[in-house]
Amino acid sequence: MEQDVIIINEADNVAVARRDIPAGEEVALPTGGSLTAAADIPRGHKVALVAIADGGRVIKYGECIGVAGADIGPGDWVHTHNIEAADKP
Amino acid sequence: MRSFKGYPRPDGKVGARNHVVVLPTVSCANGVAGAIARQVEGVVPLYHGHGCGRGGRDLELHFRALAGLLANPNVAAALLVGLGCEVMKARFLADTAEAGGKPVEHFEIQEAGGSRRAAQKGAAIARSLLETASACERVEASPQDLLLGLKCGGSDSLSGVTANPLVGEVADRVVAAGGTTVLTESTEMIGTSHILERRASDPEVAARVKEMIEAADRRTHEIMGPMASLVIAPGNLEGGMSSIQEKSLGCIAKAGTSPVMQVVDYAETPAAGGLVLMDGPGYDTESMTGLAAAGVQVMMFTTGRGNPIGYPVVPVIKIASNTPLFRTMEDDMDVDAEAALDGASLTGAGDALEELLLRVLEGEQTKAELNGQDGIICLYSTHSSF
Repeated sequence: MEQDVIIINEADNVAVARRDIPAGEEVALPTGGSLTAAADIPRGHKVALVAIADGGRVIKYGECIGVAGADIGPGDWVHTHNIEAADKP
Repeated sequence: MRSFKGYPRPDGKVGARNHVVVLPTVSCANGVAGAIARQVEGVVPLYHGHGCGRGGRDLELHFRALAGLLANPNVAAALLVGLGCEVMKARFLADTAEAGGKPVEHFEIQEAGGSRRAAQKGAAIARSLLETASACERVEASPQDLLLGLKCGGSDSLSGVTANPLVGEVADRVVAAGGTTVLTESTEMIGTSHILERRASDPEVAARVKEMIEAADRRTHEIMGPMASLVIAPGNLEGGMSSIQEKSLGCIAKAGTSPVMQVVDYAETPAAGGLVLMDGPGYDTESMTGLAAAGVQVMMFTTGRGNPIGYPVVPVIKIASNTPLFRTMEDDMDVDAEAALDGASLTGAGDALEELLLRVLEGEQTKAELNGQDGIICLYSTHSSF
């Protein structure tokens, strides 16, 4: 069965879209359960699995790839508009 | 990981192929090397654009790279064709190669009396080397004999998500079985120094990791100036990469999660088993030479946009990060990582790639080999020629 999103590391708080996911669509998670896309998520881009508060660490590959520059909700598109470079990753 | 059958070499290494190569020691000898290769079916010409007009660090890099190619266990025997007046003398390279115990012959075009006589002389030598090499038979070898090169090129937003973690899974298995994996392209590690330092086997290795990545960052800024920030390029941003850390993490995912045992210079042969980092450029054809010269018998090369290149003496397994690419360039791609991971765990998909690796080690031709993707050899240089 084809997955809609890929979670690379179990510690990650973002997943990667396998296809373009339109806002409002519910996608099944490989770990069970589901998530509703809060915005359009282009293929290859990140979607938040959980809420990440402003200043919180965005985790992919089990590592910090930046910090949230705004409150991010589950299902939100996560990219340069709401991630800032981490000074001390 | 099971044992495999490979060609035993006098220095104790084991080859996945049994090539006889004709190496011009300077670009001026490419024509004669080509004439020999056209006359003698089965020999592999190693064309390159160097061997003279360089000094200092570049001479050291080029000598080590060419000597390393000759020492690669996939090479059974070698004929070196020199011109005569070049800096990179055939006899110096031959001495180094002979130290490994392989059959190595060399001569110079000026001494042989010009191109035609040289080609004739070379063809006779090449035939005799082929005959010698054909007597070599595969024997049982252990995964400890394996060096696997890790490479990506023409990456896309899924490279770091599908293909690279899949390669990382198999790379970790090679290391667990006592083998060696080599990750290069230090420019692609910028932003992940703290992570790779943490994975270093001891503080000395950690210091070398830091030093290598800082130097890569400095070089990138020296060469590209304000454009250096485009190491994360517009295409990366469009593809969903939000930071340099994210992009580089995707790249180093090819090396799995094993500890970093050693840091080596470009084209240097690793001393330790386990994961080794090699300093070197991200430019594909130059970094592949670094890996081949280090002695890898096979490379795994992931690509998202579709890069068809192979390497003259080293089989290159091409791993597509996405199904559309695999379908578009099926003649060039060995594995569809996106499909492989569908409904399969990383472990399951890793089983299939591990088996393919072993089959390639034992002689199965990769797509790049079948397509004759073995063009000119590119060598990393730090300065222009004079």
